[in-house]
Parts: sequence; C-alpha cells; structure tokens
Amino acid sequence: MITLGQVLLLAAILFCISVAGIFINRKNVIILLMCIELMLLSVNMNFIAFSHFLHDMNGQVFVFFILTVAAAESAIGLAILVVLFRNRNTINVEELSSLKG
Amino acid sequence: MVTQYIFYIFAALLIFSASMVITVRNPVHAALFLVLAFFSSAAVWLILEAEFLAIVLILVYVGAVMVLFLFVVMMLDINFVPLREGFARYLPVGIVIAVLMVVAMGTVFTSVYFSGAQMNVVTPTATDVDNAKELGKLMFTEYLYPFEIAGAILLVAIVAAISLTLRKGRSKKSQNPAEQVSVKRKDRVRLVKMNSEKKSG
Repeated sequence: MITLGQVLLLAAILFCISVAGIFINRKNVIILLMCIELMLLSVNMNFIAFSHFLHDMNGQVFVFFILTVAAAESAIGLAILVVLFRNRNTINVEELSSLKG
Repeated sequence: MVTQYIFYIFAALLIFSASMVITVRNPVHAALFLVLAFFSSAAVWLILEAEFLAIVLILVYVGAVMVLFLFVVMMLDINFVPLREGFARYLPVGIVIAVLMVVAMGTVFTSVYFSGAQMNVVTPTATDVDNAKELGKLMFTEYLYPFEIAGAILLVAIVAAISLTLRKGRSKKSQNPAEQVSVKRKDRVRLVKMNSEKKSG
C-alpha cells in the first residue's frame, strides 16, 4: 500500500534535485528552465497525492491550472532565450550583466 | 502489493532521470531525460488515480513543451563548453543543499502526521466514476472564471512568444495606407523615349 508520506518524499526528492540543478548549472539558461519545469512537476505531484488521499478533486483542478501557467511560462522563457541568443550570441548568465544588477 | 512495486519502479526511474537532467553534458540529452521524467511521473499519477492529468501531462508536456525545448536547443548554435565551467566547483554545494533539504522535508513527511493511519484510509473509487468527468464538472461550474483566465493566459503567452521572436525587416510585410493613397503619377510611371527598330532583312 502506498502511503501519503512516500509520495510526498518522492516529490521532495524531485524538488531538491532541481534545486541542486539550479546550483550546479547556473550558467546555462536552458538547463535552468528545465529545472523550473521539474520543480513545478514535483509541486503538482504533491497536489495530486493530497487529492488522492483526501478524496478531494479540487487539488486536480489546481494541477490543471499549474500546468497551464507552466506551459505559458516555458513558451515565453524560450522566446526570450531565442531573442537573447540572437542579440548577444550567448546564453551564458554571467555575461548578461548590462543592467549592472 | 503489485501497485506498490510499480510505484517504486517508476519513482526510481523518475529520480534517476531527474538527476541525469541536471548532470548530463549535452542539453539535447537533458531534454530527452526530462521527457523520461515526465513519462514516469505520469505513471505515478496514474497510480494515484489522476488519469486525466496523467494523459494531459504526456500530451501537453511531452508533446508540446518538450518539443519546443528540443527545437530551441537544436536550432540555436550554442557553444556549451564555457557553460560547463564551474560545474565541479558548484557540485558539492548543490549536493549538500539538496541532501539537507531532503532530510529536512523527509523528517516531516515520514512523521506520524503523514504516514499515520488516519491519513491513509484510501477507499478505492467506484469503477463507474470517471476522473475526466468529475474534473470537468468541477472546472466548468465552480472554477469557470479561473478556467477562462487560464485561457486568457495562454492567449497572452502565444502573442508574447510570437511578438518577441518576430524578426523586424525581411519577414515583416506590412502596408502603409497613407503612403499608398498619396502616391503621385510621377513616382510610379516612367516614360522612356526610344527610336523604333528598323526591320532587319
């Protein structure tokens, strides 16, 4: 029998892997976007686990909306990435310092 | 019992593919491992009786978003060698932080509040209950307004993605009506005087 704790632990491990991915791939914007997708996936898994174990369909509706927003986010992110590469000829985060932030 | 083993297999596959996503050298391989991660989490969602969302995850994510990722990775001619600099330097920090977070969250999730008996009484849903139908009922009654906002967000995303990547100049074809109306005869017509040719032979 799968327990709620097991699914939550799986989602937590997935989330931590993507946090580590953001740490170790901090120059590559493409991998950073992929790590954000993995984070959203782990959050969705939490919603679905609670929805299953509490018998509440509302959690799945929220997962649907998160999927919508994540798809829009990745589309705009990739469009920004294409424009960035066209203008600067690099996607290295360290070289994108013209705003002097 | 069988369900549990299937869950463990797909959980292991999910963790393996997620860690490959963040460590492989080639971003195309990373995108393909991300597809594997989405597939295995869709299987986990099927075990958790979220059938509609599992199918949506495969159709929307693997079918659309990941193909978009692959397009961008393959079309841009990116030199990935300088992007790997500092990988070994940040690796220990990343691993330490990830392990600390897993331990912190794991102690919470394996506590009696989440693994105790009162949270885990799962009565199997009746076989005539349709997951997609239940989700649709909820989405088109209680969540109708957020659903329309989600549609608007997708429209904004389409417009933003197209307007960001549209090249100015060559591919942009537009007409200026004021210029077209105010055009004069001398701008367009050029009369050329030439002598008539003599018929040869």
